[in-house]
Amino acid sequence: MTTTTPSGVQTAARTTATAAVAARATDLTKVYGQGETQVVALDGVSVDFRKAEFTAIMGPSGSGKSTLMHCVAGLDSISSGSARIGDTELTGLKDKQLTKLRRDKIGFIFQAFNLLPTLNALENITLPMDIAGRKPDQAWLDTVVETVGLSGRLKHRPTELSGGQQQRVAVARALAGRPEIMFADEPTGNLDSRSGAEVLGFLRNSVRELGQTVVMVTHDPVAASYADRVVFLADGRIVDEMADPTADRVLDRMKDFDAKGRTS
Amino acid sequence: MFRTALRNVLAHKARLLMTVLAVMLGVAFVSGTLVFTDTLSHAFRSQSAKSYDDVAVAVTSLGNEYDPAETHPGVSQKTLDEIRGLDGVAAAYGRVDGFAGVADPNGKLIGAGWSNKGSNFDPGKDGKDSAYTFTDGEGPLKADEIALDKDSAAKGEYKVGDRVRVATNGPVKEYTLSGIFTTKDGAVNAGGSLVLFDTAVAQEQYLKPGWYRNVTVTAAPGTDDAKLLDAVEPLLPENAEAKTGQAVADEQAEEIEQGLGALKQVLLGFAGIALFVGVFLISNTFSMLVAQRTRELALMRAVGASRRQITRSVLLEAGVVGAIASAVGFVLGVGLALGLRSGMAAFEMKIPAGPLVVTPTPVIAALAVGVLITMFAAWLPGRRAAKIPPVAAMNSVHAVATTKSLVVRNSIGAFVTAVGAVVIVWGAGMGGDGGRLRIAAGAFFALIGVIILIPLLSRPVIALIRPILTGPFGVAGKLAGQNAVRNPRRTGATASALAIGLTLVTGLSVLGVTVGKALDKMATDNIKADYMVSMANGGDLDRSAVTALEKVKGATAVSPQQAVQFELKKPGTGEKIFMAGSAVKAGDIERVLKVDVVQGSADSLANGQIAVAEKTAKKRGWKVGTALPVTFADEKQATLTIGAIYKDSEFLSPTLLDTKVVNEHETKPSIRQVFVKMAGGQSEANEKALLGALGENPAIRLMDHQDIRDEFGGTINMMLNILYGLLAMALIIAVLGVVNTLAMSVFERQQEIGMLRAIGLDRRRVKRMVRLEAVVISLFGALIGIGLGVFLGWAIGETLKAALTGYALVLPWDRIAIFLVLAGLVGVLASLWPARSAAKLNMLNAIKTE
Repeated sequence: MTTTTPSGVQTAARTTATAAVAARATDLTKVYGQGETQVVALDGVSVDFRKAEFTAIMGPSGSGKSTLMHCVAGLDSISSGSARIGDTELTGLKDKQLTKLRRDKIGFIFQAFNLLPTLNALENITLPMDIAGRKPDQAWLDTVVETVGLSGRLKHRPTELSGGQQQRVAVARALAGRPEIMFADEPTGNLDSRSGAEVLGFLRNSVRELGQTVVMVTHDPVAASYADRVVFLADGRIVDEMADPTADRVLDRMKDFDAKGRTS
Repeated sequence: MFRTALRNVLAHKARLLMTVLAVMLGVAFVSGTLVFTDTLSHAFRSQSAKSYDDVAVAVTSLGNEYDPAETHPGVSQKTLDEIRGLDGVAAAYGRVDGFAGVADPNGKLIGAGWSNKGSNFDPGKDGKDSAYTFTDGEGPLKADEIALDKDSAAKGEYKVGDRVRVATNGPVKEYTLSGIFTTKDGAVNAGGSLVLFDTAVAQEQYLKPGWYRNVTVTAAPGTDDAKLLDAVEPLLPENAEAKTGQAVADEQAEEIEQGLGALKQVLLGFAGIALFVGVFLISNTFSMLVAQRTRELALMRAVGASRRQITRSVLLEAGVVGAIASAVGFVLGVGLALGLRSGMAAFEMKIPAGPLVVTPTPVIAALAVGVLITMFAAWLPGRRAAKIPPVAAMNSVHAVATTKSLVVRNSIGAFVTAVGAVVIVWGAGMGGDGGRLRIAAGAFFALIGVIILIPLLSRPVIALIRPILTGPFGVAGKLAGQNAVRNPRRTGATASALAIGLTLVTGLSVLGVTVGKALDKMATDNIKADYMVSMANGGDLDRSAVTALEKVKGATAVSPQQAVQFELKKPGTGEKIFMAGSAVKAGDIERVLKVDVVQGSADSLANGQIAVAEKTAKKRGWKVGTALPVTFADEKQATLTIGAIYKDSEFLSPTLLDTKVVNEHETKPSIRQVFVKMAGGQSEANEKALLGALGENPAIRLMDHQDIRDEFGGTINMMLNILYGLLAMALIIAVLGVVNTLAMSVFERQQEIGMLRAIGLDRRRVKRMVRLEAVVISLFGALIGIGLGVFLGWAIGETLKAALTGYALVLPWDRIAIFLVLAGLVGVLASLWPARSAAKLNMLNAIKTE
């Protein structure tokens, strides 16, 4: 199976190259360590994340899905190959430029909410704009707050909010700057299934209704089923891709990895 | 358990460095002080023992040279000859001594500010005086010859045969240098100057021809000192006493010990403050280590360690750290002692050479202080460590620190602070020494109370600072301000170090500046004279100086302040009252000093009447016209009528008399100062004329207005400068404390900082955020300290009000501003390293939850 899929994926990438691409990895390789302890986390990965599309990256533990996201999002350095956000090539960018890029073009949602406990919900949402020294677009901000359903709780501190509400604040924070692309790293990992479903719903709505682009790393087939497209990763390579996924189909696909892992 | 403790120490070397530094500083001060004073006292002891080595018996006369009626102003030549004739006496030397200032070729006093002594050369039959060993030339045998000690001769670059100008209380005279000598005399070896005159000259100058003040007796071999003492005693007049050389040496050693005691206390005070402040730092460090190791400690509990074992392991760790720090601190202390010794030499305070004395006491003290302080400070964190539940080992999510209620702490703090404040206000209202004692006690409580209360204070005080931050520094400033109040306990403990130091320093600055201003104002208000003349050694001027000054062209008013004492019979009871007064020149006194006459007229002084200060007059029930039957020092009686009553002033004695009334009763007037008013005021020409009239006497000081003001305020400024050393100490420890706290905050907020970096906060602003947090904490501590210090300064100032006319509280805004700036710098300096490490933080590690 692993022998046939890469060619398939590459064809897919080539056919969509003409459509608007929000982020793109080309022959991306990431190596940790040196000599005997060297670990190849990503091995020549090429993938496109199209605008106004909700992409999920899936794969078993250690497949490199988080590393792929970190590299494309400019959080981690690249060993070889290229990563782009829009028209900007990330390789060769200095820390300062990367910081500015993240600030202006990317939104982040983390597993552990990562809100500042000293700020209230609204301040947390507008934090990226505060950092950039920009005034938030009030109309857009209202839309975002409305979408994630936080209207009544903007003055609350994170400690006064439930996990689901905290993650909704994080989603709103990522959306508020109207980023070119949003990256979500296991956004439902710390949530119960109902809150998780809510957050995933918001992510899908932000794509469908607000025209945002979302890339989500997850190992949960149900979460992946909210996406428009699922990219499967194993051992640092892209092994498969699935459009309009359902939880069952994704689960089946994942089971193959497990089976393969156990037999080989 | 010991092994884990040791491993922990090694594993957290960097973190513990701050603790080690803090303990080390304190221990270095303690041991340095002890070693230094031991060394000093040993050196002085052996010195004084050496100078009385061959003295069997020392005789001292208590005769009063000022009393013309005195029949035995000292030991007579006859008595000395009798002593010399005793069995077992090898030699006996008669000594008269007093002040003698030697001018260097430029006319400046050699060895200024230290002991300037003159004595006599008393050669025995062999032509030698055993107290002095001549390295060049010989002893003075003629009236115009002198000998000088070797160091003084070297300072003045004098050689035998040179003409040397020497001033005693009288006018300057020129002598021929006949010889240069060394001596075992302690004062000379400590950097003082000694001039030897021919005996007759010395007697004439210091006592009375034919009389000695002291006799030193050396014994023939095989003679017992005590027996010799018994033989000498019957020969002496009533007012002389004899002691064995050993007894005198012991007495001197005792005096030296006492003199050093004060120094020791001051230095130990510094050490105490360093350690007190250090406790907070140590406690903070261990809290941090415990917090970092929550999981590890929980694991230990899970695998069966008891709570007691956990506490003990933390204490053990503290003990090991304390021991290491103490050992290093002790070595540093010995170095400090050596430094102090050479430092004192720089102030012309020569310390007799001697070995460095390290007794067991400082070694034990250093170790005990270091280890116990560290363990004491680690005790609370140790207990907290024991409370970590075993389940914390299993929790993957960061255990949210339960912010324990501060209610109990705040209540206690508020109570203690209130008690302290009430006692301080009570003491301030009471005044005097008793009031000051209460203020000191109150200050202690207030300080402790504020330290307990400091977490509560952190929010409102930092809220005051916050607007300054958010304006110019944007989001970094805003986050820094909020971070500073996130852990009030830790912020408080960190700020305490600065608060304590600044409380003391601000309090003393307020007091020093206030008192300095009051004294300054007093001097300006009361002194109308252009110049004040006095002896450099604080002794009495000769009457000839007054006459010389009166003759100066352009001197419009010249009046001495001559200390006078007389007796007064209380009417009815016959009880005698001693009165102190000043003899001044009628007429001129009003032109050189402010005399605020409230009743009668100052002109009455010229008529031989007496003037009395208002308070004294009130106390005694005297009025203008009251006749006072007085007895002067020479037992002669007179009746003085009160001619004027004047307002009390620091510059005037309780009674004033004209010199003419007094002088016939005193042979050696005690003239402390002479005030001179010149036509044309202060000018170089006038100064020159006055100095010329005084014979360019190196022993006489001529002070103009500014000099007088400096004289009053100068000592205060010097004291303040010494105390600013204390601030430096507190600042150093505060830096260590802030470094500590920030390192901990950065560690705890890794995830947060990572997220901020991910969403676009650049490194520069991450650094700025950490730096500003440090500045906020430092400023917070400074504000608390300055506030408390001003309060204390005010309180102590209140108790001085009665003693200082013209007292008004002065807040030294310039100095306070400097303190604030320094505090800010402490923050910036302390945050260098933590800010760097925060900026370098790997975002990915920070964001990952596991």
